[in-house]
This record gives sequence, structure tokens and C-alpha cells, in this order.
Amino acid sequence: MSVLELRDLSVTYRTESGDVPAVRGVNLTIADGDTLGLAGESGCGKSTIAGAVLRLLPASTRVEGQVLLGGEDVYAMNPGRLRAVRWTSAAVVFQGALHSLNPVHRVGAQIEEAIRIHGLGDAAGARRRAGELLERVGIPASRASRYPHQMSGGQRQRVLIALALACDPKLLIADEPTTALDVMVQAQVLDLLAELQRDHGLAMLFITHDLSVLTHACRRLAVMYAGRIVEEGAAGEVFADPQHPYSRALASAFPTIGDPASRMRPSGLAGDPPDPSALPSGCPFHPRCSLAVDACDTTDVQLRSAGVDRSAACVHVGPS
Amino acid sequence: MAPDSPVIVSAAALVRSRRRAAFADFVRRFRRDRLAVTGLVVLVGFGLMALLAPWVVDQDGLSAVASLDNPTWAGPGGEFLMGTDHLGRSVAAQFVQGSRVSLFVGLMSTVLTIAIGSVVGIVAGFFGRWTDSVLMRLTDWFLVIPFLPLAIVLASVLGRGIWNIIFVIAITSWPSTARLVRSQVLTVKERLYVDRARALGATQVHVIRRHVLPNVAPLILASATLAVPISILTETTLAFLGLGDPTQASWGKTLEEAFQAGAISRGAWWYYLPAGLGIVAVVLAFTLFGRALEEILDPRLRDR
Amino acid sequence: MRARGTIVTDRSAAVVSIRGAQVRFGTGIAPVRAVDGVDLELGRGEVLALVGESGCGKTTLIRAVIGLEPLSGGSIEVEGRPVTRQARSLRDLRRRVQMIFQDPSGALNPRHTIYEAVAEGLRIHKVPGNEGELVVAALASAGLRPPERYLGRYPHEVSGGQRQRVLIAAAMALEPAVLLADEPVASLDASIRGEILALMRSFVDDHGVSIVAVTHDLGLAWNIADRVAVMYLGRIVEIGPTEEVLADPQHPYTRALLSVVPETRRMEQQILQGETPDPSRIPAGCRFHPRCPLVASGEAARLGIEARCRGEDPVLTSRSDGHSAACHA
Repeated sequence: MSVLELRDLSVTYRTESGDVPAVRGVNLTIADGDTLGLAGESGCGKSTIAGAVLRLLPASTRVEGQVLLGGEDVYAMNPGRLRAVRWTSAAVVFQGALHSLNPVHRVGAQIEEAIRIHGLGDAAGARRRAGELLERVGIPASRASRYPHQMSGGQRQRVLIALALACDPKLLIADEPTTALDVMVQAQVLDLLAELQRDHGLAMLFITHDLSVLTHACRRLAVMYAGRIVEEGAAGEVFADPQHPYSRALASAFPTIGDPASRMRPSGLAGDPPDPSALPSGCPFHPRCSLAVDACDTTDVQLRSAGVDRSAACVHVGPS
Repeated sequence: MAPDSPVIVSAAALVRSRRRAAFADFVRRFRRDRLAVTGLVVLVGFGLMALLAPWVVDQDGLSAVASLDNPTWAGPGGEFLMGTDHLGRSVAAQFVQGSRVSLFVGLMSTVLTIAIGSVVGIVAGFFGRWTDSVLMRLTDWFLVIPFLPLAIVLASVLGRGIWNIIFVIAITSWPSTARLVRSQVLTVKERLYVDRARALGATQVHVIRRHVLPNVAPLILASATLAVPISILTETTLAFLGLGDPTQASWGKTLEEAFQAGAISRGAWWYYLPAGLGIVAVVLAFTLFGRALEEILDPRLRDR
Repeated sequence: MRARGTIVTDRSAAVVSIRGAQVRFGTGIAPVRAVDGVDLELGRGEVLALVGESGCGKTTLIRAVIGLEPLSGGSIEVEGRPVTRQARSLRDLRRRVQMIFQDPSGALNPRHTIYEAVAEGLRIHKVPGNEGELVVAALASAGLRPPERYLGRYPHEVSGGQRQRVLIAAAMALEPAVLLADEPVASLDASIRGEILALMRSFVDDHGVSIVAVTHDLGLAWNIADRVAVMYLGRIVEIGPTEEVLADPQHPYTRALLSVVPETRRMEQQILQGETPDPSRIPAGCRFHPRCPLVASGEAARLGIEARCRGEDPVLTSRSDGHSAACHA
């Protein structure tokens, strides 16, 4: 059984100026212990998915489709079951900005809180476990008495990871965990995540805009654009040989150092990522696509097979 | 998204059209707050009343001498819409006339408070270091002056009068405005766009004029609107205690006279109730209006 | 116009000349030595990438060039004129040197229209000509077309990439000789990164602007920089032509940085332990030695330089033409 399955998930935010479709029909499966990377830019819906899995979206949001966590539909659960499942079945690691951790509580206490809420230990037990978790992520247990502002960005990120592991979840959702960090610290955190994944058999959903990070961190990769998955496949393959024009652009956005093709030749797309409340007709990528044909502004392409265990949502892909 | 602007004719035209759009947006948001609109209507009503008082009020009705022939303690009705007081003067006349002083003192002292407080706050917040330290110590010094003893001292030294009241209120109120403005200036000063303005080559004056003031002005306006009712209440208090101008009618004075004449024990509600309700109405109206203004204009509440 | 890809820099006429620059914050026992002795020259029409992690002083250094941070020691000259604290000379300086900030949303006053944001610099320096036309031309050259559509808009009404273009337009409207870009594309979406970088490069080719791009992104250096300078704890530890530094790094820190960049083709990852160090507690000897893989792995001892690493502060020594590194190895 898969640890997470999204079936035709659609999420629409309700705002003053109307409905905004953030996610439009996403299908996703993560098997036990498997890692999936979700790449995309602002407005593509990836962070919405992170929130949707544990039902952390605002109450006014309309969610359609199913989110199956360990086979159970999160949106069909009663509040008691949902509370029990949150953090024990799946946990989220957010961006480690200062406001992801409560600034007026010590970091150790925040980890203990998670443990105690789920009744996984008494006060002494929780403290011990919090210390263990901190050590596990490379922070001396004595630092549990520190406040978030007394720690560096990298350390805070590790605390968030320790916090996510507090109740031994089977799935870890990492939403832009390394974006605001220096490259070296980023490498340390990625290394840590890989180690934890190996040692605990954790399944991971890794969300970021940096495609190249995902190729090393995940086995499979999905690229999102305008609320849909536009390409999916094995991470290395998608990065090395992208089938969708957008994936291609994203992959070449950060050049390979040493590659003469990109020397003095920055590559990117014209235009901006689309506004979810005003999506273009047909294929949402067509205004920025260099391969667009006439059919592209009228046909809304779905994912189609692009090879073994590969799919892409483009008219140019698949059997012709 | 904003509609496409037509090809510009000039920078000034652009500024004008954006200002109009901003104002229209403000009006739209304001209209949604029913209480605030009510407050505004009440204020406009009282304002008109105060302005038209000289033409509306029968001056004889205010004079004790001219009222000698009037019935005293008469209830409302008949010739006297709101009845008469213990001297036979028309309560209605005093009510309308009294609004002038109450509103004038309230507005004038607020203007002074805001003027002094804003200047001190901006200078202290922007220039920092020594200037800030010195000005803040000065502010603290004024902050702790108790207004009542000060009012009594001024009244005894300079004699009783409206301007004394205005000074007392201004002197004891400007410190809190200064602190408020200063904290906002400190926030704005740290913003990246101020750094950028400096990097562009802006002088201090330019930064204050183009970046600090526009960000501080709405806050000042909102806090001014909320300071007026406080000033009005303060004036009322001082007048009630007999520190006001004995020659001018004001709501506070009406209350004082009513109290002294024993209106409460006599049950002559028509004497003190209008003034009291008038104060409550004006203060409430300003508060509602000011609160709505603050909500709309406060940059923190606006998620830009 | 110079053809793209050729690295021709006219360094005989240095546009920016930094000698022994030091910027210290705070006083007392442990001042923060953000910039601790930097020598650097920027030629006309040259793009230099200033690379390093947080706390290395790269942002402080460029802020010192534009006069936003006072120098505690050393000197900086722009077009032959020293950067001082006098108001008038600073104003003239800021006509010739412009800065683009990292956060395009924060750098624009939310109450000013885009027109006003671009016109501000023109007004401050009383640039002659029709203001409206200059603004429109600047917006067009920054890729915002048709420019008239953007004039009346506010920053929150346009996208992040467009905001950055507005800032670039405002900077270029003054026709500066030097553009200091602080993480110009870090907060922008990946897919538009290329266009903004290409835009910056086009200014160099078309107008001869010199650019210092502060970044932690080595890929950016590969994309647009003629030279790369790597900073660590307030010093330049390696500098040279981009191809050389990124293909054949001479300093262990550069090597480690390259190894962890996901986009590098080769290299076994060398993840340095510990946090990015504190500029108020700079280690003795080579400031990198506590984290240096050569010391940690014993290689330094093998080479017989370990004592020097711990005790002697290395200076930049030339490794090949134009390429220097500060390392005892």
C-alpha cells in the first residue's frame, strides 16, 4: 500500500475577487520508503499540496478528489482521527524562517510538545526523546534550551526536521527546506535528509523550485506548472532528458558549471509564471513555449506516456 | 489588476489619476463600515450645527439678563424646545452654542498636539542617536506631567480661558503622539527602499519627504482623529471643574452649572442630559470614524 | 559592441579600485570584521562575480563602494575619485555607481508608482531632459514593454521579475559606470532568471557598464561573469577568470563550494562541517583552517604546511595569469 496517494486532487482558494484554482487535478503516488520530488515555481500549487496532505489549508478552501494517507482519505476523517494522524503518519518540514518556530518557546520544549500532544511520552520521556532527536539531526542535546533566534538558519532547519520526526512518521513532506540557506548548509541539510531517509525508511515528498537539488535527493520527480503535473518520471532521467518544454527550461535555468554551452549564455523563459486566477486558454504554458503550435492554445493537454515510467503533458510527446 | 493607464501626458496627470483611484478605493472601503459612516454623519451634523450657531442661536437666549422674564426650570415644550435652566436661559441655545467651544477646543488642541508630536517624533526617529536621546528624555518629562494640576496652575496664573485649556491639553498629549510617530519612523527607516533612496543619492530631507512622511502620515491622521474625542472629554472635564472660560458657553460648563444649580436633585433632566448626550455622541462618532480610518490606512493591516 | 563570450576586459583603466578595504562594526573586544583587508580592481566593461556565503562580507563590501557603509580602513576609488563621507561627493558618486538590491519587493516603496520609482533618481540628480521620456526609455530598455502600461502601476500589481526590471531600469536610467548587483536573481523564479541575467549582460555589451554581482550562486558566475572572486570571512581567498577558478580551483574553500553545487559535473562532495563562521571571531592563522578539508584530512600535515595554516595568514599569490589564491598549499 502506498504511503500517500493523491487522486485527482483539486484545491480552490476562495478570495474576495473570486475562486482561485491552485491545484487542478493532480495524481500522485508515493510508495513506502520512496522519495518523490515536486518541482515548480511560484503559483504552481506545490505548497498547496503540502498543506493539503494534512488538511492544513484555510477552512474556506474547496478540496476535491482524494488524499489517501496510508489508504485513508484525510478529508473523510473525523476531527479526532485527523488529529491523531497529523504528525504521526506524516509530518511537514517548512522553510526554516524564524516564524516557523515559536520564538518565545525553547526549541526543546517545542519538540516535546509534539511528543506530548500525541501521548507518546510523559514529561521526562519527552525530554529524553527530544534530546535524542536533536542529536540525530546533528545538534547537541544541550542546545534544547536555546531559543530559535539564538540559532543559525541551518540549525533552525535541523530543529524543524527533528520536530517533524518527533512522532516517527512514515512520510516526511519537506516544503522548500533549503531555499533560504547557504549552499554549504544546504548541502548539510540535504545530506541529513538522505541519511534519515536511509536509516528510517522514511518516505519523502520533497518540494522545491530547484530542479537540480531534486535529482540527487529523490528517486522520482514531478514537475508542476499552473496547478498540474506536466512531467513525471525517474529523477535523473527527467533532469537529463526533459520531455516537456517547461521542464527543459527549468532544468537549464541553473547552468552546469564547466559546460561551454551555457558560458555567457544565460537561458530562461520570457514572461512570468501564470497567475492562477487568470490562466491562459488551452495549455497554460503555451504563451511562453517556443514549441507552441496552433493546437496549443485550444487543447488542454493531459499527461501522456513519454516512455517507460515517464509521462509529460505536451502535444509533442507520445506516439504520433 | 489595475486597468492599463492611457499613454501618459505628464507625471502630474499620472499622480492625479492615481490619487483619484486611491481615494475612490478608500471611499469604497469606508462605505462598507456602517458604524463608521454613521459616525461621519453625526460628526457632519454637529459640525454644521457648530458652524451655523451664530445665525441659528438667539443670543438673548444665552444671556441671563435677557432671560429674566423667562420661566425658570421650565421643561421642554412650547416656546423652549429644550426647556430653560435655573436662570431662565434657553437650554437649546446653550446646547447649540456650547458645541462651538467643545468642538473648537477639541480640534485646536489636537492640531497642536499632532503638530508638536509629529515633528518631535519624526526628528527623533529619523536622526537617532543624540537627537533621539535628548528628544525622548524631553518627551518623558512632559509625559509625566499630570494634566489637572497643570490646568489649575495655569488657570490661577494666567486666568481662565479657552486657550489655556488648549495649551494644557496639547502639552500633556503631544508625548504619546511623539512616541507613536517615532516608532513608525524607526520602522520605515529600516526599510530597504530607504536604503535604495540613499543609494540613489537622496539627501536626508528627500528621504523624509518622499519616503518617511507618506508612510507616517496615515498613522498620524488616524491617531489625530482618535485624539479629538479625548481632547473634547478633557475640555469637558476641565470646564466641569470650573477651570474653563466663564464667559463662553460650552457643554462642560453647562454640566457644571447644572450640577451647581442642583438640576440632578431637582430632576431637571433637560438641563444636563442634552450636553451629556452631545458629548457622548460626538466622542463616539469620532471614535468610530477614527477606528475605521486607522483600519483602512494602517500600513500594517494592509497586505501589500 | 563586444561579441558575447569573449573575455576582453580593459583593466588598465580600473573603474573601481579597492585597496586594503576594511569595514568593522561595533567596538570593544570583539568588533565584527565584516571586511578585513580586500584588494580588488574592476575594469571597464567587466563583470565580476563576488561569491561567498553569508557573513563573508561581500554585501558589506559593495555597500562600502557606494558609500552606504563607512570604511574603517583602506581606500576605495571610483573612476579615480575616492569614496568619502562628504554629502556632495557621495551624491556625485551615486550618479556613477548604482545598486540593485536583493529583494525587489522591499526595495520599492509600495506607495510610489513605477513611474515615480524610476523618476526618483532622475529628480535627485536633476538629469536634464524630459522626465517622462527618460522614464519610458529606461523601462523599455529593461524589457518592460510597452512601458506606458507600467507607469501608473504600483509594485504589488506586477510580478517579482517585473519589479526587478523596474529597479534595473531605475538604476540604468542614470547611465552609471558601475552597477552593483546584490543577489539580483536569488529571490526570482528560476525560469525568468536567465532573462534578467541576459539583460544585465546586454548592458555591459551595449553601454560598457562594469558590474559587480554579489551572489552565492556559482552558476550565475558561469553565466555572466568574466572574473570570479571568492570571499571568506572578509577576505578574498581566490580570484581569477571564471573558467579558471571554476574549472581549476586553487583554494580548498572554492573546491568545497564547487563540490556541493548540484550543477557541477564532477567532484566528490566535500561538505564542510560546522556553521558559516562568525566574523567577530576570526580564527588565527589562515582563517579557513578550522574547516579546511586539507587540515582535517591530514593532507596539510603531509604537505608540511599545517603549522603555517594554523599560525600564518596567507596572502593572495598568483597561480597563473590573473588567477590568485590565498593558501599555503
